[in-house]
Amino acid sequence: MSTPTETLMPFDEAMERYEPVLGLETHVELGTASKMFCGCPTTFGAPPNTQVCPVCLGLPGSLPVANAKAIESTIRIGLALNCSIAEWCRFARKNYFYPDMPKNFQISQYDEPLCYDGYIDVEVDGETVRIGIERVHLEEDTGKSTHVGGATGRIHGADYSTVDYNRAGIPLVEIVTKPITGTGRLAPQVARAYVAELRDLMRALGVSDVRMEQGSLRCDVNVSLMPRGGTEWGTRTETKNLNSLRSVERAVRHEIERQAGILDAGGRIIQETRHFHEDTGTTTSGRSKEEAQDYRYFPEPDLVPIAPDREWVEKLRAELPEPPSVRRRRLQAEWGVSDHDMAAMRNADAIDLVEATVKAGAPPADARKWWMGELARRANESGKALAELPITPEQVARVCELVASGQLNDKLARQVLEGVLAGEGTPDEVVERRGLRIVSDEGELAAIVDQVIAENAEVAEKVRNGKIAAAGALVGGVMKATKGKADAARARQLILEKLGVSG
Amino acid sequence: MSAITRDEVAHLARLSRLALTDEELDHFAGQLDQIIAAVARVAEVATDDIPPSSHALPLTNVFRPDEVRPGLTPQQALDQAPAVEDDRFRVPRILGEEA
Ligand SMILES: [Zn+2]
Repeated sequence: MSTPTETLMPFDEAMERYEPVLGLETHVELGTASKMFCGCPTTFGAPPNTQVCPVCLGLPGSLPVANAKAIESTIRIGLALNCSIAEWCRFARKNYFYPDMPKNFQISQYDEPLCYDGYIDVEVDGETVRIGIERVHLEEDTGKSTHVGGATGRIHGADYSTVDYNRAGIPLVEIVTKPITGTGRLAPQVARAYVAELRDLMRALGVSDVRMEQGSLRCDVNVSLMPRGGTEWGTRTETKNLNSLRSVERAVRHEIERQAGILDAGGRIIQETRHFHEDTGTTTSGRSKEEAQDYRYFPEPDLVPIAPDREWVEKLRAELPEPPSVRRRRLQAEWGVSDHDMAAMRNADAIDLVEATVKAGAPPADARKWWMGELARRANESGKALAELPITPEQVARVCELVASGQLNDKLARQVLEGVLAGEGTPDEVVERRGLRIVSDEGELAAIVDQVIAENAEVAEKVRNGKIAAAGALVGGVMKATKGKADAARARQLILEKLGVSG
Repeated sequence: MSAITRDEVAHLARLSRLALTDEELDHFAGQLDQIIAAVARVAEVATDDIPPSSHALPLTNVFRPDEVRPGLTPQQALDQAPAVEDDRFRVPRILGEEA
């Protein structure tokens, strides 16, 4: 079966003729220390098959026991998404054969999710869109396959595959939206904003590191189109495993253009899973479903039902953190920054860091300047996230303090940051070891000023005669003589005093 | 009327990756039918006041604390595997060429 050549319909035209309906399924790997049903560790990037045991390898005779923290985290997620929490529910076996699931079934939840019927508000273009949440349930992640042979490293055409089960059994929360209708041309942005909001929420709850590029938050997007003014939804496709916010937005946009093109040409949409390609921004057909999936769900006999105590649920509800959107608005007002700057900080994952730096005593403008400037640049250079830089908000706050008290200028402060990042110690230790303190000894500075004036008699004469702008060259001389360690403003003041002119 | 049809047995066999011959299908369909009929007698005593149950013990909320416990070494884990490559389980081709 080869796909007939597809003609995309430009997005604007597609939006004039069709109304998109979206549905998102988001998987969040919980940040528990141990796996969902066994005590294996969950560290990302460990050597293959070093975090496995009889339970997560599905060996005969092993029995699962549910991780209390994972249950609690799922309930907290449900509460934060305004869901009802089940009084009583069970795990279920989802039966299928695939090498990434060594038991030949996945422990999941079927018709009794832990949390159901909630919502979350997201903001797009100044408009608030309420996204309904159908359910939040708990399951276990699968292992990781590597496909060997063939041209592309993809499953199709591979000669064989190898499997690492370190990830198998890590608790995975699945969050499913209700159908999202009526968003029109905002649909791609709404999808992106929803995932971004979920990500911020998970982070605020502290339940996951939500690293999309590492797969700890991944998203499947269902898209269908119906003619404008119609009432019957079209056939949907499901684009799998989107691992960046940008991909979510692009995949929705592409599916809208692709489906509109097919419908316009009198074709029919095939219900299928699709893969998104980062390089081209397009989707291609995945495994076509020859037959309807038959997972033969049944209640998991090895795990007893969950009946969350109401007092416990209410206690968890009372302890929920401030919702991310409320917090962002509060911080923006406190810091007095523009919408644009706030969005930039959010995109750079800098809000938490700036907040912690302000808490450690730095003025908001300074904290933002260093994190979004020098530190963002260094993170970018080393391909790291800001939070991964080996520097703490307290240390950045200390650098801000040293600048504010006149002991460092910006140039020296950058060198201090560099030293801290290079593992040379705390800001004070770096200042000490690298000898970076500003020359603040008045006598020492005055001597240097005298020397610079003597060496530049011609320039000094011009300044004496009232050409004050020429003093800049003398200040430059002082900075050069001190290797940048002078307070330039003070040096200028001294120069003008000594030359008998007032600035 | 039988509780399970021959077609259903064939479907289940395929889901379970069991290659059954026509004779085996006939044979197992009859046997499974008898087994289901025997188990179905439970329904005779299950009146409206008896809720369906999936678990034998009236327990709920059996959890373990989120603590790491030692597992297997890669050597132990891979010891029984039919094929191993780079400390991973090696499995035959999963899907054929893209049709
Ligand atoms: Zn394990």
